[in-house]
Amino acid sequence: MYWTLPTATFFISIFLMLCGMLVWELVSPTIERSGFLIISTTRGTRFFLGLLGSAFIHLAWLGFTDLSLWIALPISAVWMIIVMRWG
Amino acid sequence: MDKWQDNKAWFLVLPVFVIVAFSALIPLMTVVNYSVQDIFGPGEAVFVGTEWFKEMLANKRLHDALLRQFLFSGLVLLIEIPLGILIALAMPKKGWGVSTSLVILALPLLIPWNVIGTIWIIFTRPDIGLFGVGINSLHLLEVPFDHTATPLYAWITVMLMEVWHWTPLVALLAYAGLRAIPEAYYQAARIDGASPWATFWYIQLPKMRGVLTIAVLLRWMDSFLIYAEPFVLTGGGPGNSTTFLSIYLVKIALLQFDLGPGAAFSLIYFLIVLLFSFIFYQVLQRVGKGEKG
Repeated sequence: MYWTLPTATFFISIFLMLCGMLVWELVSPTIERSGFLIISTTRGTRFFLGLLGSAFIHLAWLGFTDLSLWIALPISAVWMIIVMRWG
Repeated sequence: MDKWQDNKAWFLVLPVFVIVAFSALIPLMTVVNYSVQDIFGPGEAVFVGTEWFKEMLANKRLHDALLRQFLFSGLVLLIEIPLGILIALAMPKKGWGVSTSLVILALPLLIPWNVIGTIWIIFTRPDIGLFGVGINSLHLLEVPFDHTATPLYAWITVMLMEVWHWTPLVALLAYAGLRAIPEAYYQAARIDGASPWATFWYIQLPKMRGVLTIAVLLRWMDSFLIYAEPFVLTGGGPGNSTTFLSIYLVKIALLQFDLGPGAAFSLIYFLIVLLFSFIFYQVLQRVGKGEKG
């Protein structure tokens, strides 16, 4: 599969985040609610939107700017926190 | 809610996990790996970082193909969903007509996709095709009809083929949804003196929400990923006028064998499909929920 260190890190961190979500769910089950996204979401839905949004933030960063892609990472992290907390 | 003490049933879903891993997760991981490398041959790969993503995001032909794809999928939904519902409403409810119309509707769905392309090439040929010869003998068009002649004719042919091929699926789903509505709802509507339009808007349409969700999602994703039929019919031409995303992707990844750019392209494509499927799913979940009755 032609693994490289960055792609391995990428998948391992996604996997660890999913494991974390599972533990969180077992410790305190999610309650469906709706925030600024209007739609009614569970924790898993918000996590999915956080990841999907992060992917688009990175793509937009690549497409529209020539700055380092590392700057997109904290922006994505902020987006993830906003969606998880208020989404 | 009581929890099951015995959780052995989870082992029964293990085969599904294994199949999904091999059919979806491992290919996805491979594509992610390809997208950050330049593959020269077996065992020879150089890490290039986000180079391919940059190249693909700035690619003018990809932008054009994406716009074309949105136009195509939008038209598909706008035509096929209302048409499918209309056909389902017009279908007989009992007697010999039910099975007859079901079989007739199912016919286009049973034909292999590349054969459908071939059928429509022959059907629309201006020299021997029934449609081509028929429309040209009316002498209404300034440029004689030929699906390879102009982008407009190519689009009309591709759209006709797509509508002919897939509207039956929407109609069958909508018909199944209609048949599942209990007679009591119609009786109540008759007692209230509801017009046919009111019956449709307040009873049939909300009751069909589930099947229409599936129909919209299936038609959106299928039309967004369409390959075989337009490839056989027009080959993406004339020029690039019917080159949809998957046709362009196959050109890059398989004909030019640029695995890296092809993989980056696929991932962007995948994210777009994922986003729109999520949006459609959410919107359709909400349709009719706020309505009374």
